[in-house]
Amino acid sequence: MKKYIIQSIRLTLVLLVLLCVVYPITVAFIGKMSKGNGGGEKITKNGKTVGYALLGQSFTKPEYFWGRPSAVAYNAAGSGGSNKGPSNPDYLKEVQSRIDTLLKYNPGIKKSDIPADMVTASGSGLDPNISEQGARIQIQRVAKARNIDEKKVKELIAMNTLKPFMSLFGPSSVNVLKLNLALDEL
Amino acid sequence: MNTELTGIVATFLLTLVIAIPLGKYLAKVFAGEKVWTDFLKPLETGIYKLSGINIKEQMNWKQQLKALLTINILWLFYGFFVLIFQDKLPFNPDGNPGMTPDLAFNTIISFVANCNLQHYSGESGVSYLTQQYVLMFLQFVSAATGIAAAVVLFKAFRDKTTTQLGNFWEFFVKAITRLLLPLSFVMALILTFNGTPASYEGKDQFISMQGDTVHVSRGPAAQMIAIKHLGTNGGGYFGVNSAHPFENPSYFTNMVELIAQVIIPIAMVIAFGYFIRRKKLAWTIFGVMTIGLFMLLIPMLSSELGGNPALAKMGISQSTGAMEGKEVRFGPAASAYWSTVTTIISTGSVNSMHDSTMPMSGTWQLLGMMINSFYGGCGVGLLNYFIYLIVAVFISGLMVGRTPEFLGHKVEAREIKIAAIITLLSPFLILAGTAIASYIFTSHGDAAWAVQPKNWLNNPGFHGFSEMLYEMTSSNANNGSGFEGLGDNNMFWNLSTGIVIFLGRFLPIIGPVAIAGLLGAKKFIPESAGTLKTDTKTFALMTFAVIIVLNALSYFPALALGPLAEYFTMLK
Repeated sequence: MKKYIIQSIRLTLVLLVLLCVVYPITVAFIGKMSKGNGGGEKITKNGKTVGYALLGQSFTKPEYFWGRPSAVAYNAAGSGGSNKGPSNPDYLKEVQSRIDTLLKYNPGIKKSDIPADMVTASGSGLDPNISEQGARIQIQRVAKARNIDEKKVKELIAMNTLKPFMSLFGPSSVNVLKLNLALDEL
Repeated sequence: MNTELTGIVATFLLTLVIAIPLGKYLAKVFAGEKVWTDFLKPLETGIYKLSGINIKEQMNWKQQLKALLTINILWLFYGFFVLIFQDKLPFNPDGNPGMTPDLAFNTIISFVANCNLQHYSGESGVSYLTQQYVLMFLQFVSAATGIAAAVVLFKAFRDKTTTQLGNFWEFFVKAITRLLLPLSFVMALILTFNGTPASYEGKDQFISMQGDTVHVSRGPAAQMIAIKHLGTNGGGYFGVNSAHPFENPSYFTNMVELIAQVIIPIAMVIAFGYFIRRKKLAWTIFGVMTIGLFMLLIPMLSSELGGNPALAKMGISQSTGAMEGKEVRFGPAASAYWSTVTTIISTGSVNSMHDSTMPMSGTWQLLGMMINSFYGGCGVGLLNYFIYLIVAVFISGLMVGRTPEFLGHKVEAREIKIAAIITLLSPFLILAGTAIASYIFTSHGDAAWAVQPKNWLNNPGFHGFSEMLYEMTSSNANNGSGFEGLGDNNMFWNLSTGIVIFLGRFLPIIGPVAIAGLLGAKKFIPESAGTLKTDTKTFALMTFAVIIVLNALSYFPALALGPLAEYFTMLK
């Protein structure tokens, strides 16, 4: 028994060095060569960081495309979902008010045009994407607020739509931050 | 077929393409045969030498378990103290506080047991030191513990009669050097080059396009996410686990993480057959497990792709499926596939919030964890399945009126008693645990805990009951996922789930290893016309029936009170 205790202590110390020093530091070192140097890829505008490519952020102004509802108000230091069950009455009220908001600010759309992702909170609260339909219902509002042609906005959406992986696997999506950045650069 | 479905078909096929050769490789590694990774031998020799281990020393099953438990108990003490004092230790750039004793108790048991139930949030609850030197460390060694325990069982059936079951330390070290570490290294790099942070930089801050100040948690996440999947641990770096865009940046990384968590559990089944030279048995087991996977996956897909009927009533088109708690880049199909895989395999990582899935999906998630052996966790999945096998052998033996035998060894009273205790343990822990929680919720709502019992539940009615049932089931299965709406960081949940995790981990390791050790030492009876063959389709069907009947009898009433009741209420 005593033998096992001593072996356990020594083995644990050796493995701590291998698994917690050698392994992660080697990965971090090689990771320096990745985009964003292993610290997350940043997006800059006029030399200033305005966000991370992978993290959604809050957009509420009419001239920007809006992202999905977030249970944590896009807090990138405290991710979280709503964890609301599908039949929770409070939750259904919340969804109803999101529908009303969308209908109010996006004239010309019908309730049946609204895709589910625009009225439901994402899992992380940081979802950077919306569906293509989610972008489409906002075209009229954005074009009007910016006083530009709707066709131009449609082109930008098409340019910022991510096709399914290898065009074969998974859904397509629109990155809200990149789309809004492209709008500002017009 | 739409791209969401082709995505999950491709993921499953790729899993098999990697897992099956990996299984054959593992059989050779643990049998000590020549393999291409033998260039790592000097590393292993170095580890043995520094640790004072002589791998030639053979152990019987009791010695194996003693070694296993000794080192696991050591980790419990080591981790507990680091968690409590993490605020006073280095590598804490975000200045996170030390854990309360009850939270540290829960967290350390959870990680030693390969469960990774998390009652803290990664961004604010732990330091970088804890993340790497305790949590990630335990993700490696707890997975290796499970694999080594399974190899001990392999050993018992390789030779005709034996008490010499090899050296525990050797299996344990090889599971790390030949399997977990190299695969984690490759996977961590794949993740890093697809956007997951891997550096040691602390929190960042920027001004968003609309002028808000945003703080961003970062850190060496890629290294941990690799092993959390390969080792079927599931404990994420960030609070929302693999739903977080940093932990799982794209559909591609989602496929990688899905494949990573399934390959070792499947490989262990294949390795079992090749190791004991009964390939057909391995394929029969694999067949039963795979049918089990699809029986849970297909209805789950149908309920998630069908969307939320309550939203449909409000006039919102559900053509893209249920999206609450899900990410657009994965979509409902890949999220449903993930939640099936993560519950049958005891990973417990999530890429969507299970609390917000449809009621019937909740039923399938719970069932997956209750059965806990359709592939199952690293090594331990096979140990759980072994118990079902022994029960099936016993019942079949009774039905045809012969002495039950398994692989040439008589299964007698002692083995059956152990199997029965292990079989009864799960329903006891899950149902008694949920019952006590429900009692406290209804009768002692004002208890002065960090979260008062009356505020535990994030959802009313049947769904609230499901939150408590899920927490206990996940703990017993060492799964670690949760209906995360539950207010679980308080004295009751920290202590109760800590105890359930501990018993649900170590008894189901001790039981099967003991049975295997006892059987392996018995006289070998050559196969005859009267032998019950365990690698036939009939016996596979028998095992499947045993699994379904045992679980249906144990859990149907609880499921009826939770997710099933919610489902039928929503139909109205």
